[in-house]
Amino acid sequence: MTVNPDIQGKEFPPTAPYLVGREKVREFARAVFATNPINVDPEAARAAGHADVVAPPTFPVVVQEATLAQLLADETAGIDFSRVVHGEQRFSYTRPIVAGDELTATLTVTSVKSLGGNSMVTASSDIVDAGGAHVVTAISTLVVRGDA
Amino acid sequence: MSTTIDFATLTVGDVVAEREFALTRDSLVRYAGASGDFNPIHYRDDIAASVGLPGVLAHGMLTMGFAVQPVVDWVGDPAAVVDYQVRFTRPVVVDPEVGVSVTVVAKVGQLDAEASVARIDLTVSVDGSTVLGKAQARVSFAPAQHV
Repeated sequence: MTVNPDIQGKEFPPTAPYLVGREKVREFARAVFATNPINVDPEAARAAGHADVVAPPTFPVVVQEATLAQLLADETAGIDFSRVVHGEQRFSYTRPIVAGDELTATLTVTSVKSLGGNSMVTASSDIVDAGGAHVVTAISTLVVRGDA
Repeated sequence: MSTTIDFATLTVGDVVAEREFALTRDSLVRYAGASGDFNPIHYRDDIAASVGLPGVLAHGMLTMGFAVQPVVDWVGDPAAVVDYQVRFTRPVVVDPEVGVSVTVVAKVGQLDAEASVARIDLTVSVDGSTVLGKAQARVSFAPAQHV
């Protein structure tokens, strides 16, 4: 099975809204060894000018996950999950994520390339808030190993 | 965004932070729960071995997640990190008994005076071998635009 090059440019439907909880931010912060008070203490966050605790820089992966599930479940894409290796990851912010945000992600397959028998699939998820304003874009490059 | 660092004092090549992280299997289980990534290669030796891995691996996203924390603590506010990217170049094997030690060194890679943004380059390594490539965090020193 090989990755279908025609999925380049494909946009998936927006995911169900994800409500960012304060305890979830704290739990994630602890898991990535984030100890900055702005990640965990609402008072410290407010003192720094934020509405509530600020999520660590890689937190959007939690929201992005639902979009990658859409991609992997798409039979026309032909991506065999057992052959997928995470190649690259990027987060580009317009503003930080804070507890209380309601986020929706929309995935676009921006590139499908062949490289030495493997496929490189780049998936870009635009994450917006309840008002539709851009918060962060999460970009994953997945390496799909070809048949050995 | 709140910081006590003065952008004007930064010089390309400055080491701004350096830290060692001790990862154990507990760290992987905690990250699996927090992130929702329950791929068993991150907690089961038998499954890791069955797909030809040298052992249970840390989630790449866990390594990406903690590698930026020295930068966050240096600048003083997680919201200052406006862009962050890495390449996953080498797996991090986590021994069940002793775990693994991952070293992070953060250096100023580039300065954009007009935008007041510093690119901080991260060298993330285990036993002297880097595990991430092109690990770059862009840190904004521009005044925050709060509503």
